[in-house]
Amino acid sequence: MEVNLTLVLTCGVLCASGVYLMLERSLTRVLVGLLLLSNGINLALIVASGPAGESAFYGSADPADMADPLPQALVLTAIVITLGTVAFVLAMAHRSWQLNEHDDVQDDVEDAAIRRLAISDATSDSHSLTTSGDDDAETPGEEDGS
Amino acid sequence: MLALVALHAIAAASAPVLVRQFGRRAFLLLALAPLTAVIWALRHTGTVLDGGAVTQVVPWISGLGMELAFSLGALQWLMTLVVAGIGVLVMTYCAWYFGDDSPGLAAFTAHFTSFVGAMLGLVLADDLMLIFVFWELTTVFSFLLIGIDPTSRASRLAAIEALVVTTLGGLVMFVGMLLLGLEAGTLRLSAILADPPTGTATTVAVMLILVGALSKSAQVPFQFWLPGAMAAPTPVSAYLHAASMVKAGIYLIALLAPAFAGVPGWHLTLLTLGTLTMLVGGWRALRQNDIKLLLAYGTVSQLGFLTVVLSIGSRTAALAGLAMLLAHALFKATLFLCVGIVDKLSGTRDLQQLSGLGRRMPVLAVAAGLAALSMAGLPPLLGFVGKETVWAALLELADGETAGVAPWAGTLVLVGLVVGSALTAAYTLRWYWGTFAAKRGVADTVLKQPLGTGFAHSPVVLSGLGLLLGFAGAALTAAIAPYDALLPAGAHEEYLALWHGWELPLLLSALTVLGGLALFRWREAVCRLQARTAPPVTAEGLYRYVMRAVDRAAVEVTGLFQRGSVPFYLTVILGVVLLLPGSALVLGLLDGGAERLTVRLWDRPAQAMVAMVMVAAAIFTVRSRRRLRAVVLAGVSGYGCAVLFLLHGAPDIAMTQVLVETVTLVVFVMVLRRLPDYFTDRPLSVTRYWRIALSAGVGTAVAGFLLVAGSDRVGRPISERFAEAAYEFGYGRNVVNVTLVDIRAWDTFGEISVLVVAATGVASLIFLDSRSASIRRVFDIPYPEGVQKQSTSPGRRVWLPGPRTLSPDRRSIIFEVVTRLVFHTIVVFSIYLLLAGHNLPGGGFAAGMVSGLALMVRYLAGGRYELDEAAPIDAGALIGSGLFVAALSGLGPVAFGGAVLQTNDYYLSLPLLGEVHLVSSVGFDIGVYLVVVGLVLDLLRTFGSRLDRQILRAEREAAQARDRSGERVGDRAVAQQAGDQGAIS
Repeated sequence: MEVNLTLVLTCGVLCASGVYLMLERSLTRVLVGLLLLSNGINLALIVASGPAGESAFYGSADPADMADPLPQALVLTAIVITLGTVAFVLAMAHRSWQLNEHDDVQDDVEDAAIRRLAISDATSDSHSLTTSGDDDAETPGEEDGS
Repeated sequence: MLALVALHAIAAASAPVLVRQFGRRAFLLLALAPLTAVIWALRHTGTVLDGGAVTQVVPWISGLGMELAFSLGALQWLMTLVVAGIGVLVMTYCAWYFGDDSPGLAAFTAHFTSFVGAMLGLVLADDLMLIFVFWELTTVFSFLLIGIDPTSRASRLAAIEALVVTTLGGLVMFVGMLLLGLEAGTLRLSAILADPPTGTATTVAVMLILVGALSKSAQVPFQFWLPGAMAAPTPVSAYLHAASMVKAGIYLIALLAPAFAGVPGWHLTLLTLGTLTMLVGGWRALRQNDIKLLLAYGTVSQLGFLTVVLSIGSRTAALAGLAMLLAHALFKATLFLCVGIVDKLSGTRDLQQLSGLGRRMPVLAVAAGLAALSMAGLPPLLGFVGKETVWAALLELADGETAGVAPWAGTLVLVGLVVGSALTAAYTLRWYWGTFAAKRGVADTVLKQPLGTGFAHSPVVLSGLGLLLGFAGAALTAAIAPYDALLPAGAHEEYLALWHGWELPLLLSALTVLGGLALFRWREAVCRLQARTAPPVTAEGLYRYVMRAVDRAAVEVTGLFQRGSVPFYLTVILGVVLLLPGSALVLGLLDGGAERLTVRLWDRPAQAMVAMVMVAAAIFTVRSRRRLRAVVLAGVSGYGCAVLFLLHGAPDIAMTQVLVETVTLVVFVMVLRRLPDYFTDRPLSVTRYWRIALSAGVGTAVAGFLLVAGSDRVGRPISERFAEAAYEFGYGRNVVNVTLVDIRAWDTFGEISVLVVAATGVASLIFLDSRSASIRRVFDIPYPEGVQKQSTSPGRRVWLPGPRTLSPDRRSIIFEVVTRLVFHTIVVFSIYLLLAGHNLPGGGFAAGMVSGLALMVRYLAGGRYELDEAAPIDAGALIGSGLFVAALSGLGPVAFGGAVLQTNDYYLSLPLLGEVHLVSSVGFDIGVYLVVVGLVLDLLRTFGSRLDRQILRAEREAAQARDRSGERVGDRAVAQQAGDQGAIS
């Protein structure tokens, strides 16, 4: 199958721009990036579906000349889902601005704590005791309460 | 048999209720469940002894060839009696062991009953998968029983240790079982055993299954979990050691031996590890001071013994093995129950503190003595009877009568087992002496209360059985005969009896007893020797080391990757995309893939023009520092996309894209009112170049994938016949729409569900408390007193009622008039789109969006009250009813015998309009329509009305603050702060 180079390049540029924006911290920019990226990917689905053709209406054209309808249905779904996502992230951005006066994504505090633990070579404390009450171990048999 | 297992499940489920009612006596009631199993098994004795089997098959997952198959042969019969019989006695024992107020008694009884049921299911199951299920169930319940005391660390760790080791083995075994099932072509165990497959794959499968058996039966190198499991209450230990769990591995070996004893590696593995386990367990037992722990090591040792004997695979060995298995179950249960009594009444299990108990509890001392004699292998007990035949079997082995085992190896095993039995005799003596003897220099142990009859009944019955069966050699031989018959006949027929004559086995028995006496006589020296020769590396130490390493690795990996930074996560994900599929792409292109690429510049020249605009827009979006500009530019690329879709021959998605893009833009702008104009300024840093590099890489990779995938596309698309199918089964000409509402309707249903979730999320983030924040019609709004305004009662004809609530400088009369003129037209058009969508461009999504845009226009022209005028309905209700309508129309066909979401058509004759062609999937589309309208309305209510109110309040409060302070400090920051508080409250 021949691939439409123009569309491929457009996809590439949209995806690259989208990814760049998504790597930012401002939620609005991330969201704009998401818009660009989803446009790029929707386009990619269409590119991958084959060459352009007649609109897919039964009876109006020979099915062999029609543009593939299945990816179109998928893309249609994707477009609407993107709207839902955009609305939700926008609400998050707004909420973040309300609470913090900015809409930047912050690092998670709990995760930072885990990192500190890793740096200090900590283990969780679940493997330090012997369980068997072995005769040469420090744990006497009374520990094995029955 | 299924009923028996179910009975235990029901008993377990009702256990908490019974415990609340009867306290510890509930055990007596629950013991009826295993008692039923015992009676049932005894009733089938005749069938089984005649060599027959009781079977039951209930279909389960026929597609996978899985069924609930049960079978009761001679081996299963014996195991059932052991499992259920000892289950009964241990449970009745529990009724005295525990107090009514023991913590966690209800959970314990339920777990214990389930454990008995799982064990019973395991020995009765005749399907590999079913065996695995019960196998893992015993693991889970033993975990719960060992970890009965969640506040004790030792108890938790022991439970985890048992769980990890046996689950690991179980999983390996699962792989083996699947492999074996695949080789044999059936999962039915009896069929596999009757016609065992051969070959390398079978060997591997059997070895994998053996890993499971060995880990369950605590054989070297897995032996350490069993002594750890001492943390469980003593009745659990008694049952776990004597009749269940650890016997499961032995049972499996016995089950497979007739068919697979000849498999390469079988004898090598099992004889070696079994002998080793017997020696290690016995040796360690000699040094224990805790009488319970001593028995635990003894169990390890005995299990090694059983493994060796049952794995040999000769008739003599099978006879001896099963006799020993029975003997072990009887004496080990007795001994553990005795320990429980001693522990309970004296408060200690340390043999250095116990003294003189024999005199105070003579009944118990006699019962324990009989069991101990059986364990040591002395006449006239069952242990002796079994051991006699074991020696006979081992002598056969040493003579080289078993294929695949050289005489020298057999001799080695024989010597090992003789030594092991001597150790057994020695630690038995140590145990008995430690528990009951009066020791010099130790004060007599004080009993908290005298031993009651009820408490002692179980050990007495069990040891009595051991004694009785010692005289029933002939009957036992007959009972085991059907299992024996599965094995090749040996040179001479062996039988169980107390007296075989003056033969070599008797000498060996005497030898072991003498050896045991000697070891006990010089026990101090033995202890000293053991202390000196403690091995530097133990299996348990290794397990600890591995667990600690896993723990460390988990912390490190988590620390490395879970930074809590979203950009970092994205970078990792995209980096992997570049690294794995990306490098595969490059390699493929270098390896001749580049020549196969076929490209053309464009399908239609217009595509290139649109593409240029889009690319420019995308690049300027990235460079933009202003929010609004970035959003508008992104919108440009979105509209460009729509044009490209149209040029491609996809009018439906082009239309949807335009509508969605418009809604997105408006919503964005509504929120941007509240956000700062510019993005937060960030200093230029090196990471920016990394980001540029990464995003360029991802863009290139996407383009590359598309090129390669597109060029290599040779298969015929699945959608080739969609057009015809759409018309014939979906009754519509618009293939894309029919795909949405019929061919892939489940997708669409999932999608609108996502929309519902998104709308709910948005509403909860903005409204924070209740979404139904009052829809207020214009005529509801009270005017301040003394203000004369135009009437706003319903029926007053104005262009639009809402705008009068706005301040004059925000109104546009032209916009209002135009809105009034076009609103209904747009709504009618949207309904046309909805109904026509089946055959022409349109459909539920597009129609919903158009309706939403109509509402949006009303809102923009007249503010939030105008929106409430236009749609005096809660958005949530709209969305919910949409989902409901879609679901209803999907389920509708089922009522008429069709499939879910099936499409039907009707021809309806209407006066004036003529015949109308109705298609049932329109109902589904209406649901989609309602959801989409509801979504847009929700967005308008939240991002529009609600934010309007917040802004208004902020302004008002800022003005008040200005008035109060009398100076102009009401700058933006204060206003915003006030707005925040308003929003939060």
